[in-house]
Amino acid sequence: MSAVRTETDVTAVAPPAAGVESPWRRLACDFFASKLAVLGLVLLVLIIGAALLAPWIAPQNPYDIGSLDIMDSKLPPGGESMAGAVYLLGTDGQARDVLSAILYGLRTSLMVGFLSVVAAFAIGAAVGLVAAYFGGRVDALLMRIVDIQLSFPAILVALILLAILGKGVDKVIIALVVVQWAYFARAARGAALVERGKEYIEAARCLSLGAGRIMLRHVLPNCMPPLIVIATIDLAHAIALEATLSFLGVGVPVTEPSLGMLIANGFEYLLSGQYWISFFPGIALAVAIIAINLVGDHLRDVLNPRNIA
Amino acid sequence: MLATIIRRLLQTVVVMVVMSALVFAGIYLVGDPISMLASPEATEAQREAIRQSLGLDLPLWQQYLIFMGQAVQGDFGNSFLTGEPAMRLILQRMPATLELASVAMLLSVLVGVPLGILAGLKPKAPRSRAIMTGSVLGFSLPNFWVGMMLIMVFAVMLGWLPASGRGDTVQLGPIGLSVLTLDGWASLLLPALTIALAKCSLIIRVTRAATRESLPMDYIKFARAKGLSEKRVLGVHLLKNILIPVVTVAGLEYGQVIAFAVVTETVFSWPGMGKLLIDSIINLDRPVVVAYLMLVVFLLVMLNLVVDILYTVLDPRVRLEARQ
Repeated sequence: MSAVRTETDVTAVAPPAAGVESPWRRLACDFFASKLAVLGLVLLVLIIGAALLAPWIAPQNPYDIGSLDIMDSKLPPGGESMAGAVYLLGTDGQARDVLSAILYGLRTSLMVGFLSVVAAFAIGAAVGLVAAYFGGRVDALLMRIVDIQLSFPAILVALILLAILGKGVDKVIIALVVVQWAYFARAARGAALVERGKEYIEAARCLSLGAGRIMLRHVLPNCMPPLIVIATIDLAHAIALEATLSFLGVGVPVTEPSLGMLIANGFEYLLSGQYWISFFPGIALAVAIIAINLVGDHLRDVLNPRNIA
Repeated sequence: MLATIIRRLLQTVVVMVVMSALVFAGIYLVGDPISMLASPEATEAQREAIRQSLGLDLPLWQQYLIFMGQAVQGDFGNSFLTGEPAMRLILQRMPATLELASVAMLLSVLVGVPLGILAGLKPKAPRSRAIMTGSVLGFSLPNFWVGMMLIMVFAVMLGWLPASGRGDTVQLGPIGLSVLTLDGWASLLLPALTIALAKCSLIIRVTRAATRESLPMDYIKFARAKGLSEKRVLGVHLLKNILIPVVTVAGLEYGQVIAFAVVTETVFSWPGMGKLLIDSIINLDRPVVVAYLMLVVFLLVMLNLVVDILYTVLDPRVRLEARQ
């Protein structure tokens, strides 16, 4: 990971455009200068594509009980079914094709991750902006809550919440939002405090624009870079945390298994040597998380104002 | 300093009271523990008797006040399942968790700091890039899956190390320790490695960042100008200065490891308090869950306080500022 991009680097890749270069364009050029980050992005696009297209590209619908033949259970990778079909990654204890289960599991894992990050982003950014804009007591109170929230380990908060709420995709998303919103709130407040003092905000105030309009249309767009970085890294966190919770048995229900659930299901077979049932879902989960982290890691370097200056 | 400590302790009390009330109310909403406790054939009268004997027929606020009254005296109620005091159950399991967390943290600092310095000295060298890419891997891989893969390779395929349990322990008073026996170490190695892998990545990143910040400083230049050996410059002058962020992160992470031990302990059937928490959540054993949370939150806050105090010990500058 090259942490600091030098000026020569940037110009080598992107010939400076005439006039004022848009910041987004410079970011894109900076981003694509790193091969590792591009690799992460390509992987991520492939994974998202596979998850979206799962019902069409999966060899089998793993949740259609009728298509399963118990005689085919626990086949090793490359094993042939009674009907003659080949299972590339083997089958699990209920004769489900592991590859198909992974594709469907990716859907659940990614959906939970995306939805929770979007919700946490919205709530956190709103709280952060309000705290920064109004300051004083509102700020002190909100940030106190953020501090307390962040002092508890995420896994513990999510675990207790799910113990109270029960199983379910929606409940897992709620738990993940509760765990994550505070990061966005703190980052949004930090960025908004800097922006608040600038002249364009003063100008907007002089035009007697409403507080809501100033915050959403003027302050928020300029606070986006750090929030985007946190969103990517949090997406990886959310997916890993969801997998962990499902592994512990308090996450998604059996009817909508995520990758974490598949790994947990394979655990009992692991000890008797049938590694593929939890090995391959684990690889899929790891690749997804690594791809997101590679992108997020490099985005942080690119967007860090210390490095841009 | 004393004023700071007292203020922090008061804050802790407030946080713990609020948290206990929230958790108490939340847990109250979950299921009916009577259905787990009474046999399926029990009559309604028998159920009512159990409910009364546990004080579950009182209104919530009254239950909470009774709980708090006893908690102040160190009594967190008895486990619904075994009837033993909840706090005793947890304290019995605590040494196992602390042992695992300590060994894992020690391992990650011992490996992470040298690798981090190495990566910080020459950030562009292929070796440094390899270390940093490896560290992305370390915190990307889901912890429980890493543990399972270690079991697959070292316990199932190679058969070198046990897949679960603590192995032989040596009793030191009421505390059993695995680190004192060879068999215990064999059992400890895989779970500790699982945790250390994730934490090591973090230590590497913090050390690298601190090294890169310290290298251009005058005191390093001066030490080199004096003609000191590279070993002494790095081992004494640099190490002392990067120790501050490393100790902070390691200290705070220690608390995270204790909380996260829930996962590792489940994978390796390590009989610590994390495993107890999961079992208690599944069995709706409310007193144990609440007592566990109170204890862990207290531990975390204390840890934060100790890290803050260590700060002033390690960095004379903080001490001087505080005095002014």
